[in-house]
Amino acid sequence: MAVGRVPGRRFRPRVALSYLALSVLGVAMAFPFVWMLLTSFKSIREIFRPGFLPQVWTLANYQEVLFQTEFPRWFLNSFIVASVTTVSVLFFCALVGYTLARLRFPGKEIVFVLILSTMMIPTEMLVIPWFVMSAEYGWTNTYWGIAFPGLITGFGVFLMRQFFSTLPLDLFDAGRLDGLSEFGLFWRVGMPLVRPGLAALGIFTFIGNWNAFLWPLIVVTNRSMRTIPVGTALFSGEAATAYNLIMAASALAIVPVLIIFIIFQKQIVEGVVLTGVKG
Amino acid sequence: MATAPRRRRPLRLASREAIWAYVFLLVPLAFFLGLRLWPAVQSFLLSLQTWHVNPDMRNFVGLQYYREMLNTPRLHQALGNTLLYTLISVPTQLVIGLVMALLLTSVERFRGLFRAIFFAPYITPGVAVAWVWGWMYNVNNGIFNAFIIQLDDWAAALGLTWLSFEIQPFLQSPRQALVSVAAVVIWQGLGFQVVIFLAGLLGIPRSFYEAARIDGANAWQVFWSITLPLLNPVLLFSIVISTIASLQLFDQVININFTDQGGPLGSTLTVAVYMYLEAFERARLGYAAAVTVLLFVIILVITLIQIRFLNRRVEY
Repeated sequence: MAVGRVPGRRFRPRVALSYLALSVLGVAMAFPFVWMLLTSFKSIREIFRPGFLPQVWTLANYQEVLFQTEFPRWFLNSFIVASVTTVSVLFFCALVGYTLARLRFPGKEIVFVLILSTMMIPTEMLVIPWFVMSAEYGWTNTYWGIAFPGLITGFGVFLMRQFFSTLPLDLFDAGRLDGLSEFGLFWRVGMPLVRPGLAALGIFTFIGNWNAFLWPLIVVTNRSMRTIPVGTALFSGEAATAYNLIMAASALAIVPVLIIFIIFQKQIVEGVVLTGVKG
Repeated sequence: MATAPRRRRPLRLASREAIWAYVFLLVPLAFFLGLRLWPAVQSFLLSLQTWHVNPDMRNFVGLQYYREMLNTPRLHQALGNTLLYTLISVPTQLVIGLVMALLLTSVERFRGLFRAIFFAPYITPGVAVAWVWGWMYNVNNGIFNAFIIQLDDWAAALGLTWLSFEIQPFLQSPRQALVSVAAVVIWQGLGFQVVIFLAGLLGIPRSFYEAARIDGANAWQVFWSITLPLLNPVLLFSIVISTIASLQLFDQVININFTDQGGPLGSTLTVAVYMYLEAFERARLGYAAAVTVLLFVIILVITLIQIRFLNRRVEY
């Protein structure tokens, strides 16, 4: 970041104060995670006694959560649902975004406004009809039932349209001369050029669906079809005051997302900036 | 569209393009119409009927559920709480987020690390976060009260008899529960503001600041007449997004008081939680649908007002 600039050689009190303030804020922001992890390594007797670090570090809580419940299955469920919705969102939102940005056809404005208007509908307003529909067609307790609301999003279409509309036209003309079909132009020419957008959208969609709670809570009644958030909530509800177990379950729900965040930090932060500053 | 063709070739190309466009849009449009717009309309239709699994057994009751909403104190409480959450969390996030972003612009090393720490809570599941904070707020064994006891001990050890710290009930008290939950929401949402504010701040051309310095403006004047106006679009975006999220608050509220969803005396209850409990615990789907229609109208109106009043173009 400081390329070409001479780092301050003398002590600058204002910068030092900034570092101090940032460190205090950083510790405060990270503290809940730290406390969650510390509690998750304590025995039930220890959590009700004062003391910061565990006197005896134990993995028993994780063992109990992982092997006495269906946590591994919930993990798999969340993974399946989040993966399927992500692939679907990436394909369809890019396709529609490309169509709206690049192709000329009558009724384009109506289609765009229609899709944008769906972004104004809160999920709360949709869950009751979705529930009625799922009960009618037997979608409760199925992967399709959990996943279908997230398969395409208005936000994704909007984002991908922005990306496709910045691409230079001549690239597509060249592709056309090479005899590519309209789908070929989208898939071979367009898609590789919007990779940053796809990366950001993909990560957001995956995390969003991994964390989703309201709809899975409604559509899943069967213990083994729970997703991680639903499983964590209902398991914790049953665990009563066994906060050592609840913190282990919470850590199992939170840590995978934090790992994804650490790996894809650059894309995630850029994605937020793109949607926030451009959108 | 229906104009007479003047040249043949562009029309052929255009019509071929149009056919492909419709092919590409077929499945997505069916999705948006069938699983987004139609259910929204259906919510409104369901709100006019008594609920029954068999559609033939549903009775049309007109606006009865809307009249019921007028006379339901618990719903009014949920509405008041939801607005209160928004009025507490949105401005607080804005101010602290802006301070954090400004602090980040003033340092050069570890900027990415601090930003990552601030942002991490934003992407973690609200369910698990609520359980973690619920544990920290625990009256007898929570870390917050342990810290308060520690402070009290230190005060006593130093002989400061006039200074005493008392254990707080937090989530168990109707007076403190809402603010306690709002703190969780603020903590979780801050990182989002920090990231977009930081990008906005770094996007302001340095020449503006240099010009202001030459004109002899102090730091405060620079902030009010350059930084803030130029950051306006980003601020508006962040206010709109965090307001919409706050009006839909659900995961944290339902999980942080799991055995008493809605908190002591309904003090943490939100419209979304109220809707969920009415629909899926009490099987009053028609009434709950009416509540969601109300929520939709509230979100729409507040968003439009914000865009109308906050969206002032800045020209430099």
